[in-house]
Amino acid sequence: MSSTLTPVRSKRSALTKGQLPKYAPYVVLGLALIVGAAILALIGFNAFGWGIVSAILFAAGLVGWSAAVEGSRKAKDKLATCLVVGSFLIALLPLISVIWTVLVNGVPGLIAPGFLTSSMNGVTGVYDNKAVEEGAPVIGGIYHALLGTIQITLVATLISVPVGLLSAIYLVEYGHDGRLARAITFFVDVMTGIPSIVAGLFAAAFFFAVVGPGTKTGAVAAVALSVLMIPVVVRSSEEMLKIVPNELREAAYALGVRKWRTILKVVIPTAISGIASGVTLAIARVIGETAPILVTAGFATSINNNVFGGWMASLPTFIYTQILNPTSPANPDPSSQRAWGAALVLIILVMVLNLGARLVARTFAPKTGR
Amino acid sequence: MSKRIDVKDLNVYYGDFLAVEDVSINIEAKSVTAFIGPSGCGKSTFLRTLNRMHEVLPGARVEGEVLMDGDNLYGPGVDPVTVRSQIGMVFQRPNPFPTMSIRDNVLAGVKLNNKKISKGEADVLVERSLQSANLWNEVKDRLEKPGSGLSGGQQQRLCIARAIAVEPQVILMDEPCSALDPISTLAIEDLINDLKDQYTVVIVTHNMQQAARVSEKTAFFNIAGTGKPGKLIEYGNTQTIFNNPNVKATEDYVSGRFG
Repeated sequence: MSSTLTPVRSKRSALTKGQLPKYAPYVVLGLALIVGAAILALIGFNAFGWGIVSAILFAAGLVGWSAAVEGSRKAKDKLATCLVVGSFLIALLPLISVIWTVLVNGVPGLIAPGFLTSSMNGVTGVYDNKAVEEGAPVIGGIYHALLGTIQITLVATLISVPVGLLSAIYLVEYGHDGRLARAITFFVDVMTGIPSIVAGLFAAAFFFAVVGPGTKTGAVAAVALSVLMIPVVVRSSEEMLKIVPNELREAAYALGVRKWRTILKVVIPTAISGIASGVTLAIARVIGETAPILVTAGFATSINNNVFGGWMASLPTFIYTQILNPTSPANPDPSSQRAWGAALVLIILVMVLNLGARLVARTFAPKTGR
Repeated sequence: MSKRIDVKDLNVYYGDFLAVEDVSINIEAKSVTAFIGPSGCGKSTFLRTLNRMHEVLPGARVEGEVLMDGDNLYGPGVDPVTVRSQIGMVFQRPNPFPTMSIRDNVLAGVKLNNKKISKGEADVLVERSLQSANLWNEVKDRLEKPGSGLSGGQQQRLCIARAIAVEPQVILMDEPCSALDPISTLAIEDLINDLKDQYTVVIVTHNMQQAARVSEKTAFFNIAGTGKPGKLIEYGNTQTIFNNPNVKATEDYVSGRFG
């Protein structure tokens, strides 16, 4: 063999020429920030405008430089990247802003002594006035509202999950896309779009007619919430049951297993992780509902352990009344501190539920491994 | 523990569409019968009528008789579930239950039907079924691991063990090797040879060498054209079908001159 090896070019390869250096985006970003600050200084500086102007300068600078060095294909790629990342940041902005605001305003309320362990029973404007004027601690808490939210949501879940799951099973396993199945699907879709206050009015009117006028209890609120929850549960369970491979059903039938046993022992266990996380997300969806609870469970300042009797507080209605009707109209600050604290607790609850949904999905997921 | 199957004048419909027309065939007990033919000729459809699995699809129905040792599977009052517990089936793609361990997959037919079984009996059944499926030595140390962790060939043998565990009279196999490599295919073919001592085996295959290797009798199905029903063209000893067929279409197909 008499072939000669081409020596490896140490400095620049023919294959990598015409590329921007790796540090290019950082250089452009730095320049864009500086120039952006300079422009904003001329017309009056503010952080929001600085961000927007710098982002536009960065995109224009990077795309322009890339077009000059790398050609139009790479420049288009850079432009698309800038647009995608920019949209992502814009979408993230409100979320971060909400979490930040609630954290800043909510933490003082949350760490106030007895916030999680006491109710508003007997807390009057006198104490709030004292807290503002004499620096006494803010008393009163959300124990009753937290308890109410948990009870109402639990009962709503107990109603919605069997109804929703069984409807989904009917749609997927028995409906065969017939007239009834299509009607159910249509009405479930309509129900998904029902404004929550209408669900509340429905539950209230239903109980007024059946039990008696003025019936306002936790159970009525639970019915209202389940009207909102059922379509979500049906939809998510239906999707999960649909993706269970037909081969598994056939495998069970071929073993001489009856249809209902196949559904119970093969189809549902295979889909359970998706169903469980769908249910958890449905709970997260209704736990923050305010309007339907206001018209169905009223508002209470004291602890009520009975969902079937008496008005019941919940976190969203607690926030609503604390802001709208402060305990002391002269000094609303303690009330708004409690409202922010309750909002923080509500957000934490929803977050825990979402994390729980992931955990549930992972726990129940079909096992793999050797 | 095996029964013969006699089919008389069977028509299979999907809704108004006639998929398989006028099939009559006698399948011997304790033998291997192969169905061959081009794709879409109705051999899988026909196979599925032998344990009433085609009824799972909406609109599917059957005219004619399928007799298992003289009992009509489609007689009035016959429960398809009873039929299926006597005529097992293995599918084209291995389909172990993903939520179950290897052991539970083998016991699926028993456990899903909620039959009571003691742990000792269950252990014996699991070992016997996996032994019959030539899988015992490969999985005996990991019976509690999920069945989906096995290789494709092992999964298919697990599915065969699962079908054997309910002690059927007949085992239907719908292209059991089409998703497997040659070595796993060989393992399954050996297994089919062992199974015919105890069971009646019916196998659908696209692989003519496979039909020639494993079966005693072969049925050739064909279709006249798109939208026409599939028909049984010729049925006889495998030797005859491959070496000396009576019908020209069979000869063209088995010699590769088809179409």
